[in-house]
Amino acid sequence: MAHNVIYMKQVKKRYQTGQVFFDALRGIDLRVEQGELIAVVGPSGSGKSTLMNIMGCLDVPTGGVYKLDDKVVNTLTSNQLADIRNKKIGFVFQAFNLLPYATAYENVEVPLLFARVSGKKRRERVHELLARVGLADKMANKPTEMSGGEMQRVAIARALANEPDIILADEPTGNLDSKSGGAIVKLFEELHDSGKTIVMITHDKSIAERAQRVVRLKDGLNDTNGDLS
Amino acid sequence: MNVFLSIKQFFNDLRRQKLRSIMTMFGIFWGTCSIVLLLAFGTGITEAQLKSQKGMGENIIIIWPGITAKEFKGLPKGRRIRPTDDDVNYIKERATTIARIAPENGRNMNLKFGRQLTSRNVMGVWPEYGIMRNLIPQMGSRFINQLDLDNRRRVIFLGNLVADQLFGDSVSTAVGREILVNGLPYTVVGIMKEKEQDSSYRGRDSRMGFIPNSVYQAMFSERYSDDIVAQCKPQFTGEIMRQEILRILGEKYKFDPTDVGALSVWDTTEGFAFLKNFFYAFSGFLVAVGIATLITGGIGVTNIMNVVLEERTKEIGIKMALGARKSSILLQFVLETLFITAVGGLLGLMFGALIVKIVPMMGGEEFIGVPRLNLWGSMGVIVILGIVGLIAGIFPARRAANLQPVQALKLF
Repeated sequence: MAHNVIYMKQVKKRYQTGQVFFDALRGIDLRVEQGELIAVVGPSGSGKSTLMNIMGCLDVPTGGVYKLDDKVVNTLTSNQLADIRNKKIGFVFQAFNLLPYATAYENVEVPLLFARVSGKKRRERVHELLARVGLADKMANKPTEMSGGEMQRVAIARALANEPDIILADEPTGNLDSKSGGAIVKLFEELHDSGKTIVMITHDKSIAERAQRVVRLKDGLNDTNGDLS
Repeated sequence: MNVFLSIKQFFNDLRRQKLRSIMTMFGIFWGTCSIVLLLAFGTGITEAQLKSQKGMGENIIIIWPGITAKEFKGLPKGRRIRPTDDDVNYIKERATTIARIAPENGRNMNLKFGRQLTSRNVMGVWPEYGIMRNLIPQMGSRFINQLDLDNRRRVIFLGNLVADQLFGDSVSTAVGREILVNGLPYTVVGIMKEKEQDSSYRGRDSRMGFIPNSVYQAMFSERYSDDIVAQCKPQFTGEIMRQEILRILGEKYKFDPTDVGALSVWDTTEGFAFLKNFFYAFSGFLVAVGIATLITGGIGVTNIMNVVLEERTKEIGIKMALGARKSSILLQFVLETLFITAVGGLLGLMFGALIVKIVPMMGGEEFIGVPRLNLWGSMGVIVILGIVGLIAGIFPARRAANLQPVQALKLF
């Protein structure tokens, strides 16, 4: 059996606003094996994004166990989590989340700076990444000077900066027209072929069909396929 | 390398957010500049006023002869009281509050050097007089001394304007030359160093000549002094000295020490005390304005920091999602504030210094004095504004950095 890069057991997330509680996740079980391409689907409010955020260490669960590469994430310090976000996981957002004042080059450079990659290596890596997503000629452009598809490609290049094992994408094509969306999906497929583990939230059936496995969520619970076994 | 990379990132951020950086910098610049100027001109004006007040002499009173207005011990009123040099020595021997005392006589005389002729007040004085009245000789010259007085030497000390008038371009060689005073030859022993003087009773010292009183008295067969100048010891006031002198002379000449007619006295220390108090209040006012300016500047900096909070929080969220540690986020803020404050503050200091240099060139020194840069005060201002900026910037940043990345991304 392949190695479980992601292992979740009864993961819960409760939000509290004053006296009001809201359970976004009520006990999710999930395993992701190395090299899998997984689609997470479900109606809005089903907890997809919350799940992704926890998976990407952008948020912490309020219950259950989350293991990343056999390490329990729940108890890690904020610095350890930062390092995981920096090196182990590449996150692609629906809203791109690029630094608005920075050029494509500078945006891709940010994770490398946090990883303390030295000057020459960093330059080569940024060029290589932007070439890989087809933006070698737009390096000096700022987000405002790029189309949505281009911005998302910059974001993908940025997610790949430190060669993470896992790519998490939260509706990466959600803000794009179908043509640019198709190009992005193609990029993800290439990444998958190169051996990356990819977990992607999507509403797009055609994308879901290409996934090896589709995980359905409903009301913060597994609907199907959370666990391989 | 760690620090180097942080610095690179910090400069990237700074460059990207030009407007924000410039606005913040300008806030610091303006605050620093205002306070630098306030302090510099405040100091200049105060010094100029106090200096020119001191120009006539510090802690001095001037005593003129008078006529008694009260009957005393059976003596009628209306008697003339006219002190002599002997009386001056008499007072000097007995008084405890007096630092220096000297008689003063004076009248208009004709001064002549070559073809230059001028009519000026020439005073007969003692050596102490020069010290009391701040008659400081220029380099290579001197004031009347005791030997001049004892030997009745015909020497003269000239006010700088008189010297300029008599000697013109050759004023630098004036010392040692002879001039004619009412037709008699006198050797110039000294020329007064230029000074600020805003009050007088016979005209400015710069327009007078000074000769030994013994010579003056011989020349005009004077027995009485026109007036007496006395300087009190720093621990006493002019008023205490005045009372003591009146008591001593009152005993000698049998008049009531409270008789305001017997001798008329000008206590210059009264005005000086007033001026000192005034400028004390003035300094307080400047400090208050400075504090108000600081607060305004601080609020400005705080505002800018808060206006960009939304943008900042998202930026922090993005950076944390990409692997920034809390410490590197905070380091970035500290560096940013330090840099902006240092640059803005130094620019403000330099601009203020420039104005401080330029303004005196446009004249008006007599009134506003020479503004003087208060380096420590200015540095203090920069530090305070920096701290305000740091507090204003670092608390929101810390709050954002303490959130989970996803919260920082979604907060606004």
